[in-house]
This record gives sequence, structure tokens and C-alpha cells, in this order.
Amino acid sequence: MSTASLHDVWVYLAASPLTGLTATLVAYQAGTWLSARCGGHPLANPVLVAVVLLVAGLAASGIDYRTYFAGAQFVHFLLGPATVALAVPLYSQIRAIRRAAGAMTAALLAGAVTSAVGVVVLGRALGASEQTVLSLAPKSATTPIAMGVAERIGGLPSLTAVFVILTGIIGATLGGWALRLGGVRAARDVGFALGTAAGGIGTARAFQHSETAGAFSGLAMGLCGLATAVLVPLLNGVMW
Amino acid sequence: MIAWITVLLACQLAGEGTALLLGLPVPGPVIGMVLLFIGLSVRGGVPEGLRDAAGGLLRHLSLLFVPAGAGVAAHVARLEGEALPIAAALVLSTLAALLATGWVMRILGGRSES
Repeated sequence: MSTASLHDVWVYLAASPLTGLTATLVAYQAGTWLSARCGGHPLANPVLVAVVLLVAGLAASGIDYRTYFAGAQFVHFLLGPATVALAVPLYSQIRAIRRAAGAMTAALLAGAVTSAVGVVVLGRALGASEQTVLSLAPKSATTPIAMGVAERIGGLPSLTAVFVILTGIIGATLGGWALRLGGVRAARDVGFALGTAAGGIGTARAFQHSETAGAFSGLAMGLCGLATAVLVPLLNGVMW
Repeated sequence: MIAWITVLLACQLAGEGTALLLGLPVPGPVIGMVLLFIGLSVRGGVPEGLRDAAGGLLRHLSLLFVPAGAGVAAHVARLEGEALPIAAALVLSTLAALLATGWVMRILGGRSES
């Protein structure tokens, strides 16, 4: 039996799901390592670092995203059970949540409308194409809802998924700083704002802050998804 | 551990089924979250094992967004062509939404104990 050449091994491994899965975990480890090295500095966000490393790695190796995702989907799949698991911190915080229910409804509407109207008006004013603008509109909702909304109003669902992640990374990296500057400090308020404006990645960031912030963020993420599903198609008919 | 992961998956499955059956625009896992929440309320507490399983997943929530985030790779051409309007619109609208939400919470939310 002859041994395979290095090239044959590479061709085989590049197409194997194991490579995409391992690369995802390695990139994330690098992200958490860098984040710890930088004392948890928001710009060293683990998701941001991992995404940058993976995109560079895919470009350098010539592996296309679909081949990569065949392996990475095993990690992606866990988003479902993790969303279900948000019921646990939610339940632990239910008394604080009940107390602030009225404020949360108003805050959610303020955030969801500001996000959707803001991104569309700015995108148009700065000269983005119409399809990009329509793909941007639902960017504060959680990915599956955002993709559904984009499809309904004429955007590109896969592009919207990218915008949701970019929004999450922006919120997670700049959010704590912006809220502090704006005088918003209570864990409850910071968490709720992160979940509304920056979805799941904002929620991951809020859990680093405290369990209270994480619970409010997870709740806000779910509610913002619902608000976006109703509001964006409505706004789309009325104002743009 | 496996028992509690089974519970999480069963809630998600029931959520997906409900969404399909009733034609709801809400994702299955969000309905699954509501179902688990109702279960915890009925039971009146969070079992130790479930707290561990949920905590394990949520501690590494960031990791779970990495595969979708790498999807940027599939849209490089469009993102390059429109990089400036996209980046400015995303950053400014996200900051505005954060502040709008945070301010309304702070003004209307009353005192919070943390």
C-alpha cells in the first residue's frame, strides 16, 4: 500500500466536516485566549476574533463557506437548545422582570423602532443599494426571525444573517462603553438594552457582566425578535 | 446531564412542532423556551442538573454564533462594494438603539437592586 501524498491528504481533509468543526473551536479558543490576555477588553470580543481568523483562513486556503459550514453546523445546531436554556435564568429573575414589565415594553418598542428606522434611513442616505437596505432593516432581531422578515420584504436572508451577527458584534464591543457614557449602569438596564439592540451576541456579552444582565438580555432578545417580526413589515409598507 | 439535555431538546422539538402546526412566525426554540419556562413555573424551582446543563450551554453562547458569523466570507464582494454605508448605518443605528432602550429602562424602570 502506497502512502498518500501531502496534497491528497489536504484535499481529503479540506472537504471533511472534521476540519470545519475543529477550525471553529480553535478560532474560538484563540478568541477567548486573546480576550483574557486583554483583560476582557470589549474590542477583543471572542466572536469577532474567531470570525476574523476563520474568514482569513477560508480565504487563504480556498475552502468555500459551504464546505466549512458542513462541519461548523454541529456547533451552529446548539443555538436551538441554548435558546431553550434561556428559560432558566429567566425563571430565576422572574420577580425583577415582573416589577419592570411596563418599562420593558416601552423600552423594547423604543429600541426596535430606533434600530430598524435608523439603519434604513442611514443606509439610504449613505447610498447603500436597495437590496442591502432591505436586508439591513431586521438586523436587531434574532437570526431566524430576521431572515424570515428579510425574505418577506424583499431582502437577502443570508446577507441579513451576516448583518445580525455584525450588529451583535458591534453591540457587544461598543455597547458597554456607550451605555456607561449615556449614564445607563444598572445590570438590568444594560442587559435589556444589549439584548434588544444586539441580540444573542449582546446576550453572551451580558452574561459576562452578571446573571441578572444575562437574564434581562435573553428576554429582550426574544421580545425584540417578536417586535421586529411585526413592526418591520408594517414600517416597510408605510415609510420606506 | 444527558437527561437534562434531553429535556432541552424535547422542548425545542415541541416548539418547532407548535410553530409549524400553527403557522407561527416565531422560531421553534423561542417557543421551546416558553414551554420550559412554564414547566419550571409549574414545578416551582430549577432542578440542580438542569441548572448545570443550561449554565454549560450559556457560558459558551458566544461560540455558537461563530459559524454563522463566518458567513461574512460568502458576501465579501457586496460588503466591500458598500462597506462605508453598511458600517456607518450598522454602528450608528445600533448605538442609537442601545441608548434609546437603556434610557427608557432607566427612566421608567424604577429602582433595581443590583
